[in-house]
Amino acid sequence: MKVSMRINGEQVSADIDETQLLAHFLRDNLNLTGTHIGCDTSQCGACVVHLNGRAVKSCTMLAAQADGADVTTIEGVQQNDELHPVQKAFRQHHALQCGFCTPGMIMAAIDIIENTDDLDEHDVREQLEGNICRCTGYQNIIAAILSAAKEMRG
Amino acid sequence: MSGTGIGARIERTEDKRFITGNGRYTDDINLPGQVYACFVRSPHAHAKITDIDVKEALALEGVVKIFTGKDMEADGLGGLICGWMVTSKDGEPMKAGEHPPLASECVRYVGDCVAVVIGESREVARLGAEAVSVSYEELDAVVEPAQAQNQNAPKVHDGIDKNLCFHWQLGDKDATDAAFDKAAHVTRLDIVNNRLIPNAIEPRAALGDYNPGSGDYTLYTTSQNPHVERLVLSAFVGIAPEHKLRVVSPDVGGGFGSKIFVYAEETACLWAAGKIRRPVKWTAERSESFLADAHGRDHVTHAELALDSDGRFLALRAHTVANLGAYLSTFSSSVPTYLYGTLLSGQYDIGAIHVEVEGVYTHTAPVDAYRGAGRPEATFVVERLVECAARETNKDPVELRKKNFITKFPHQTPVILNYDIGDYNACINRAVEMIDYKGFDERRKGSQTKGKLRGIGFSTYIEACGLAPSSAAGSLGAGVGLWESAEVRVNPTGNVEVLTGAHSHGQGHETSFAQLVSERLTIPIEDITIVHGDTASVQFGMGTYGSRSAAVGMSAIDGALDKVIAKAKRIAAHILEVQPDDIELADAAFRIKGTNKFIPWGELALNAYTAHKFSTDEIEPGLKETTFYDPTNFTFPAGCHICELEVDTQTGCVEIVDYVAVDDFGTIINPMIVEGQVHGGILQGIGQALLENGIYDVESGQLVTGSYMDYTMPRAHDAPPLRLDFTKTPAPSNPLGIKGCGEAGAIAAPAAVLNALTSAIGHEGISMPATPAKVWRSIQT
Repeated sequence: MKVSMRINGEQVSADIDETQLLAHFLRDNLNLTGTHIGCDTSQCGACVVHLNGRAVKSCTMLAAQADGADVTTIEGVQQNDELHPVQKAFRQHHALQCGFCTPGMIMAAIDIIENTDDLDEHDVREQLEGNICRCTGYQNIIAAILSAAKEMRG
Repeated sequence: MSGTGIGARIERTEDKRFITGNGRYTDDINLPGQVYACFVRSPHAHAKITDIDVKEALALEGVVKIFTGKDMEADGLGGLICGWMVTSKDGEPMKAGEHPPLASECVRYVGDCVAVVIGESREVARLGAEAVSVSYEELDAVVEPAQAQNQNAPKVHDGIDKNLCFHWQLGDKDATDAAFDKAAHVTRLDIVNNRLIPNAIEPRAALGDYNPGSGDYTLYTTSQNPHVERLVLSAFVGIAPEHKLRVVSPDVGGGFGSKIFVYAEETACLWAAGKIRRPVKWTAERSESFLADAHGRDHVTHAELALDSDGRFLALRAHTVANLGAYLSTFSSSVPTYLYGTLLSGQYDIGAIHVEVEGVYTHTAPVDAYRGAGRPEATFVVERLVECAARETNKDPVELRKKNFITKFPHQTPVILNYDIGDYNACINRAVEMIDYKGFDERRKGSQTKGKLRGIGFSTYIEACGLAPSSAAGSLGAGVGLWESAEVRVNPTGNVEVLTGAHSHGQGHETSFAQLVSERLTIPIEDITIVHGDTASVQFGMGTYGSRSAAVGMSAIDGALDKVIAKAKRIAAHILEVQPDDIELADAAFRIKGTNKFIPWGELALNAYTAHKFSTDEIEPGLKETTFYDPTNFTFPAGCHICELEVDTQTGCVEIVDYVAVDDFGTIINPMIVEGQVHGGILQGIGQALLENGIYDVESGQLVTGSYMDYTMPRAHDAPPLRLDFTKTPAPSNPLGIKGCGEAGAIAAPAAVLNALTSAIGHEGISMPATPAKVWRSIQT
């Protein structure tokens, strides 16, 4: 079937298998390999992308369901070579080690910051429930998100 | 040196690619003509394979080929091996059952590979695997070691009596028993060290490639030690000679031990690529990771500590049954023996120690090294015993520890290790101060008023890292040397490539190794590249595990830097017409001491390659040096972790309200990276203590905890805020004084948490993981 969507600001059309997952479409067809797949039960969050501005797990939806949508992946977060505040904060706070969960964490974090008023540590811990990191113990991820939230809100 | 050298808290070089989605992991690599592998796995814990019918699967459009174990056997391939020989107390060598990559006669655990289906797409390969019809004759299975040791238990491997792989011992039994006979008090504990499933977030993956023109094979895979992978696939499995096999381990998304080993899947992909002459790719689904990654821990132990009337530790003895799973994984035999028994002296002066370990096969996934590997199990035994001994003898747990700490170094323990340096009082004093131990009673009363039980628990751990002096490791059964290699290449333009045999899969070597080079060569860190993970670039190396890469790998780099600097000074001396001893390297220039005459670093590098200004009879052109560094001893990171927690008596939920860790890692290169290692390790330890458990159904042998919905991974809301500090006694056994930091958290934390929990609930009758249900039941009266 044919699908068409905006991905990282560019219009993309493709002829795909209707059973193809969005995560596989991004990785296999478009070579956007920053979106990772870490589990098969929608639990780990390594595959989080933004669909029409909200975080979704791209391993849990079909590419066909994204037809007509606006999709942002980790590769599209940076604007004009300028890192997003969340990307910067992850680096400054050593919020990543192996880097595998990181794209999904950053995409989830942006969504959390943009959609939570008066974000505090408790909110971040609760809202990161869908993203698993095995390396960092989350301490620096939480610090990075709170720091980025502060910066993004000026 | 400016702010990028040893001790500098600088941001990581590698992060740039990871935060922008430009990491390059194995599954991100695709080759022209690539096909996909899907493995047919055993649904039974134990069965005979009576027939494999592939006709229907082969008929599916897009299925390219199907291989079974018989195909691999027919090609003369060997099985997977265990690289550490353990000898039983009766002098018999361990009994290693055969481990074919694809089982052809018998399957021995749920998830054992039976066949590999290769298809034009991932989906076709999977449909093909589902269409393969394997006929099994189901057999009784046994998943618990205690039952596996019964004479009538089902046998995992033919001819291995009671499924006993080895019955190993260490220490002086007579001296230990004699000390127990004199004891004023004996503390006894029965301990279960729960099975863990490592769960690096990147699933294992492999992409095998074969070049029919040259006969060269290439394997891209998620390995912590690509050179050992190559050695095993070449020398033991026999896919290709070593010089015709390249193993590339690109960005790897966490390992924690589970990616040290050589597994069936990458073996089959590489071999199949040669057979069908197309690149063959496999990426594990998480369900496969649960079933077939090597698991960790799984010990059952009875342990005893003998004390005199003054509270001094006289002796310790332990008997452990270690579940090895169905096959011996690559280093599995070393984990419950030499990485466990040797650590049973802890931080204490104990006169006599005796430990016996029975390594038992069961119909479960192989068990091998997982973060800490033997040392968390040892620490848990020692620190639970000590805490209980304090409670039973009405002594303060801090004072009892201090009374028994080793304070004079070097200290020869009764279990092989010779501790070279440490200051255990410094760690515990600082930790006790940080957590305000004096104020604990008040805080406990405060919790009581809220209807909560509060407890505090200590864990003063030690580990042996920096694996290891090769001859010592060899004498204990290791099949490999445990040195590390480094090559420093100074390019004509002055920038530097450093090739290391260590492998980074989250540890930040590209940054911390470059910090050492920047410090020593006095050049900007931007001019330094760390190269690792490719056998075509790095000649040989031993990989990363056992907290060894800073202590051993960086010492190798340091040695190569010594040689580079010495040679550069000789060249500079020629050009400046002085003696090499008159030259110093500072601020990226070779300068005649006490003068303003110098050659900038870059100019010297160029001169080394143009070779116009020195005699090549005396000095070879070029500037590149290699070192193979073999450590003179293990290193002994140690520290004190203290956990304070509250138990909700209504729900059984445990909340860690404070956790402090004071660790002595010797020299620290980048404190930010080291803190990150400690954070992650501690949460894995807390996961073991409170959440994680790999469970097999006793009747069916099925893995019950086979997904993230069944196996409780620590999430952000499970992670308590951690407070860290460091003390420092530099390791005397390596030139940099580094001890290693990668595993400390996972080693220390389980005992700290369980000691705190048992302090809160007032009895010792609870095992890991202390889930809310277990805790709640344990406090009902």
